[in-house]
Amino acid sequence: MVMGEFTQETDVLVIGGGPGGYAAAFRAADLGMDVTMVEADAGPGGVCLFRGCIPSKTLLYVTELMHDAQRASEMGISFADLKIDLDRLREWKDKVVGRLAKGLVELTKRRGILYLQGKATLEDENHARVQNSGSSHVRFKHAIIATGSSTRTMAGAQFEPGGRIMDSTGALELADIPERLLVVGGGFVGLEIGSVYASLGSKVTLVENNGQLMPGIDRDLSKPLASRLDALFKSIHYNTNVTSIEEDDSGVNVIFDGAIEKKTQRFDRVLAAIGRVPNSQGIGLENTKVTVNERGFIVVDQQRRTTDEKIFAVGDVTGGAMLAHKAMHEGKVAAEVISGMPSAFDFQAVPAVLYTDPQIAVCGLSEEAAKKRGRNVKVTRFPWSASGRAVSMGVPQGMTKMIIDPETQRVLGVGIVGREAGEMISEGVLAIEMGALAEDVGLSIHPHPTLSESEEEAAEAFLGSSTHILPQKR
Amino acid sequence: MPVEFKLPDLGEGIHEGEIIEVLVQEGDKVEDGQSVLIVETDKATAEVPSPVTGSVKEIKVKAGQTVRVGEVLMVFLKQGEGEEEKAPPPKTPEEKRETRPPEEKEKKAEAPAGKAEEVTRGTEAEKRPIEGPVPAAPSTRRLARELGIDINRVKPTGTGGRVTPDDVRAFAERAGGPETEIPSRPPLRKETEEKIPREKPPEGPEAPPLPQFERVGQVERIPLRSVRRTTAKHVAIAWSQIPHVTHMDVADLTELEAFRRKYKEQVVAQGGNLSMTVLAIKAVAAALKKFPLFNSSIDMESEEIIIKHYHNIGFAVDTDRGLLVPVIRDVDCKSIFDLAVELKELTERVRQGKASNEDLSGGTFTITNVGPMGGTGLSPIINYPEVAILGMAQARLQPVVAGDEKNYEIVARLMLPLSITFDHRVLDGAEAARFLNMIIEFLEDPEKLFIMS
Repeated sequence: MVMGEFTQETDVLVIGGGPGGYAAAFRAADLGMDVTMVEADAGPGGVCLFRGCIPSKTLLYVTELMHDAQRASEMGISFADLKIDLDRLREWKDKVVGRLAKGLVELTKRRGILYLQGKATLEDENHARVQNSGSSHVRFKHAIIATGSSTRTMAGAQFEPGGRIMDSTGALELADIPERLLVVGGGFVGLEIGSVYASLGSKVTLVENNGQLMPGIDRDLSKPLASRLDALFKSIHYNTNVTSIEEDDSGVNVIFDGAIEKKTQRFDRVLAAIGRVPNSQGIGLENTKVTVNERGFIVVDQQRRTTDEKIFAVGDVTGGAMLAHKAMHEGKVAAEVISGMPSAFDFQAVPAVLYTDPQIAVCGLSEEAAKKRGRNVKVTRFPWSASGRAVSMGVPQGMTKMIIDPETQRVLGVGIVGREAGEMISEGVLAIEMGALAEDVGLSIHPHPTLSESEEEAAEAFLGSSTHILPQKR
Repeated sequence: MPVEFKLPDLGEGIHEGEIIEVLVQEGDKVEDGQSVLIVETDKATAEVPSPVTGSVKEIKVKAGQTVRVGEVLMVFLKQGEGEEEKAPPPKTPEEKRETRPPEEKEKKAEAPAGKAEEVTRGTEAEKRPIEGPVPAAPSTRRLARELGIDINRVKPTGTGGRVTPDDVRAFAERAGGPETEIPSRPPLRKETEEKIPREKPPEGPEAPPLPQFERVGQVERIPLRSVRRTTAKHVAIAWSQIPHVTHMDVADLTELEAFRRKYKEQVVAQGGNLSMTVLAIKAVAAALKKFPLFNSSIDMESEEIIIKHYHNIGFAVDTDRGLLVPVIRDVDCKSIFDLAVELKELTERVRQGKASNEDLSGGTFTITNVGPMGGTGLSPIINYPEVAILGMAQARLQPVVAGDEKNYEIVARLMLPLSITFDHRVLDGAEAARFLNMIIEFLEDPEKLFIMS
């Protein structure tokens, strides 16, 4: 191997190996281009695989199993006392991640993509320097920036490896089960990881500076979760901020401001989940014509092109909803545009799923957003207490709602709270993307008894007659 | 209440007809079921019965006029209503005028009832503001990008204002190139004029405009009407849609002709006519059972061949109105005798213009016999949507070599040139040859025909 100033030639340089980056690299390779992918990790996968979606969902599934085993006693099935083997649990999580990581390495190799482990810095619109790698210099025709995002830090707090103040990465390492855990932030990460620790035995205190959990999600969807978490967590404090945070050898002292009564409290560990910031610093954007907005997100058009013609950007670093599936589609669009296809990120419904128990899944227009915009919509709800499947599973607290245009009957949004909501939201996505009418969903036969039937029934409710609920009085 | 009498749905996709004769006058008394009009449609001439017992208040059509389904033909007064109850009411011309608003008199109703309502709805729809992105499937939106079109400008025809791939393609064709203009929102529903179902023109390049024949010399223009017009459209569709291939052979009818002569008188005595067409129908019916693909249709849309388990054979009849193809149903269940009688009756009905739509529809295979006029071979056009047609030319006594090269004699045999024209999308030449061979076998050996059929 030639070291030093050897310049690697490539059609497409993908900077970042997360879902957005590897989806872009794979698509570009499938379109016949020579692709080089640079990533600090040993293999592609990014935060999602190694420090985000996959490990957190692995743990959430385990805790769901745990709750199911516990509530089975009501159904006549009892198990011996619950035992948590934290080492085994950690091993299981690592095994899951390892298996998927191996798959991605294989997919990268088989596609003939050159994978460089290192850190890339753009030198100009055709060159990048790669540190810590065999090939230190790359000349590219096009680049796709997919550097992702990092947890927003709290003033006065550092995320040290092994420290008591953790971001999601640290929390998912599962060093121990702290007796008292403070979760700052009632969004996706806070609720999911907070749920894991609470289920494993931590006394979780959650503070949220907003008046509700999951801001942006309709209240009728977040409410069943809020009441569940009220029971699972030690306490939830709305309209509360952290003003001071101090770590010492045995714990963390936190001072709050807002609606919380006890303004000073001590915790064993703290999870900071107050949002994510784009990784747009230190990658050499200043050497190109790429521009970022005031919050540091790279500015792109519908084709994922930055203000530098040759350079594209996808995923969290460009802002919007920071979701792996969205990044993947953006990556594919970028690769296709580079290959000359007339692609565009032209989607009408990006789904989002909260993997708590109950789950919340949404796509398209929410009721709140419709109200804010003054848009006339008809909202129908199907309570799962009327679902044969939900009742037989012992999860009748769920609800499926549909936001429909009363004039055209088009399905504009779908929201689900309950078990397997994430598995069911895709039907709503398809309906919205296809411009389906409530009638189209209502006239599609859903198997009985299933949870997915609730979508058919919510659509039927719009049409005036849903089988398992009484028609609304007009 | 006066009863408006509209041209009823005549079935079989017929939506207009020509008034041949008006059998009543205004003020005439009529009985329920009494014929009041004669209407000629594309396929048949029909007497239209009065729907009521009462009197004719108003006649809105005259002979020679083309009327559409749903158009008001006459207005009747039911018996027992108003002055009509009285004995024969001799009307003064003034009274007559009063009952018929002048603007109505010359008005040509152009569209079925219900159009007015649609116009109103369409107008309302256009005023309605639209929010959110245009509803169209992701693949359709991609298509629009590929064609360089702003999908917001495409007029939607789908339910709920959905833009379909066809809408995008149609827009692209009209636009003739990539769009650059600022988009404007389309109306929610398609515009009214597009709601009236349009007849899909046959595909293929458009014919160039005709030269000015008048400049060259005197010409006469005869409007294409009824049978001629239908034939013109029908054969144009068949010819443009179906890849035609014709396979030809000759059948030795000497034996069959002897058989025909032997039983001819008996059949005539029973009111039939034992023609070669009858025998050919029988032979074809037997062969169709062995080769069901010749009794099929092709659906390119669903990519299916539709094999029919009924055998209705049409035969071309030359009438003074033009070419008509009456159909004998379930030929495989009928004896030669039955067929001979039915064919004769049907031919007469057709020639007299009395055939019903039923008589002229539902065929699965067609035979055309130009033999009586002559001919040594023909390649007819398939009767769309069928997939094959049997052509019969003239049977003539021909010298035929019997035996082999070393030991032969030349004999006179009655030879019939046959052709099978088939749709190459469904059938191939080898099958056509085998099919025709079987027909020839049956025609050459009457006994075999009776055993096999």
